[in-house]
Amino acid sequence: MRLHGSEIARVVKAFPTLLRVGVSETVAFRMAFLIWILTATQPLVMMSLMTFIARGQGFRGYSAPAFIAYYLAALIVRQLTGSWVSSRMTEEIRMGTLAMRLLRPIHPFYTFLASQLAAIPLRAAISVVLAAILLATSGAATLPHDLTQLVLAPISITLSWLISFSVFFTIGSLALFLTETTALGTAYFALFSLFSGYLMPLDTLPQPIPVLAGWLPFKFMLAVPVMVMTRELPITTCLHMLGGQLVWVALTLALARWTWHRGIKRFESVGS
Amino acid sequence: MRRHLRVFRVQLRISIASAMAYRANFLVEGVLSIAYSALTLLPLFVVYGARASFNGWDLSAALIVMAYFTALQALLGGIVSPSMRDLVERVRNGSFDYVLLKPLDAQAAVLASRCRPWSIFDLLAPIAMLVYAFGHRGYPPSPGELALGFALFMTGALAMCSLWITCAALVFWVGRLDDLLYLLGAIFDVAKWPVAVFPGPWRIIFTFVIPVPMMTTFPAMALLGSLHTHQIIGTVVGSATLFVASRLIWRAAIRSYTSASS
Repeated sequence: MRLHGSEIARVVKAFPTLLRVGVSETVAFRMAFLIWILTATQPLVMMSLMTFIARGQGFRGYSAPAFIAYYLAALIVRQLTGSWVSSRMTEEIRMGTLAMRLLRPIHPFYTFLASQLAAIPLRAAISVVLAAILLATSGAATLPHDLTQLVLAPISITLSWLISFSVFFTIGSLALFLTETTALGTAYFALFSLFSGYLMPLDTLPQPIPVLAGWLPFKFMLAVPVMVMTRELPITTCLHMLGGQLVWVALTLALARWTWHRGIKRFESVGS
Repeated sequence: MRRHLRVFRVQLRISIASAMAYRANFLVEGVLSIAYSALTLLPLFVVYGARASFNGWDLSAALIVMAYFTALQALLGGIVSPSMRDLVERVRNGSFDYVLLKPLDAQAAVLASRCRPWSIFDLLAPIAMLVYAFGHRGYPPSPGELALGFALFMTGALAMCSLWITCAALVFWVGRLDDLLYLLGAIFDVAKWPVAVFPGPWRIIFTFVIPVPMMTTFPAMALLGSLHTHQIIGTVVGSATLFVASRLIWRAAIRSYTSASS
């Protein structure tokens, strides 16, 4: 990922084509894509459970509508920021087909980035539906309607997309050392569910967890954009959280780059 | 039958050897299995931290449902999922021919083709949960309840395997199917909650569309001694139906298999 002038030009020139390829890829595998989207049903299950539990007296400061808003927003963020780059990388590394990617004059980071970016329109289409449901069920009254905060929400989602992509790219790169990373993927998901607020809102969880979450990247991948989307917050608080996201973008990008750089030296193209 | 057992023994040995080959992955999985049990328990304790009981289910009763779920999950992760993934790959690259050529029942051979030996430790967590739950309640289940609870665990496992095989059999028509298995796994996740804690419409879907309660909620009620006779009959008939259906679909699927390589 060390960019020389000529490489920047190459990436910029190739990017529209890469994106087009990515879009047709997504459309070609639309069935798999659809199923993959349906797989992220956990927030819906948790939503029905928690609203049922919060009926009447509420649960740790969350009313039933607040839970609906929270989990729908979580679903939107997850739909928009999820990616399967780590499993793609693992498969290519295990099969040895990564060699073909290495032969291309563009760093794999960018080809993977383009193919994941290309899935965004389809993901966005689904998110718009979810957002409409969110608006209809929670009502504009309970959701933030400060204009600045509304503008910050998409920015926050973009930043969490960047963090997610870097994290997945790092996990994928670890396959260069370990060959098999399924267990690692599961471990990641376990940590993510807990510390990102995907399973339950962080402020409903017992003590060491919310504090620990503040020092880990996961919260900045999900809980932060969800809070910006669903809760009336002072702008300084929002900016503070977005600043945290920026720090994690820088850290995870550096980590992705470092892991790839160390790992690729060991790559022997197993399949060829 | 003896031939089947001998083949399964050999396959188990191969699975252990190949699991050991990816040592780092193997170790991570071990640590993970413990962490994952802790993670599944967390929402349960948080929810019950706020109120003592939901729709007649208190913490210890819900914990028994969770124990059944974790045990089924161990079976799923240890035997069913890896085997089904293996099947999907074989059908795609044509090496499923060799499975059919073997003098074994293909369905049994597929189910035993791969396993993750480490999953045996995943069974420790549900046992611990059961012990804790009944310690909490203060009295153990009667021998009769224990027997019924175990019997319904077996029917639940049969129902789960049948559901997965049915889903995997679709691979013969559709081709690529790993994602569908993931989806099934995601839906199965609701089985960790007693079905009574869900609002009405969900309960109907879970009972009749995806028969989740008969895999975890009903067996747990059997252990608690609160299962009605008609529910026992429903569970047994339900899993038997699922099993027969999966067998028929599997047969039909095999007939339409047109070996990829020949």
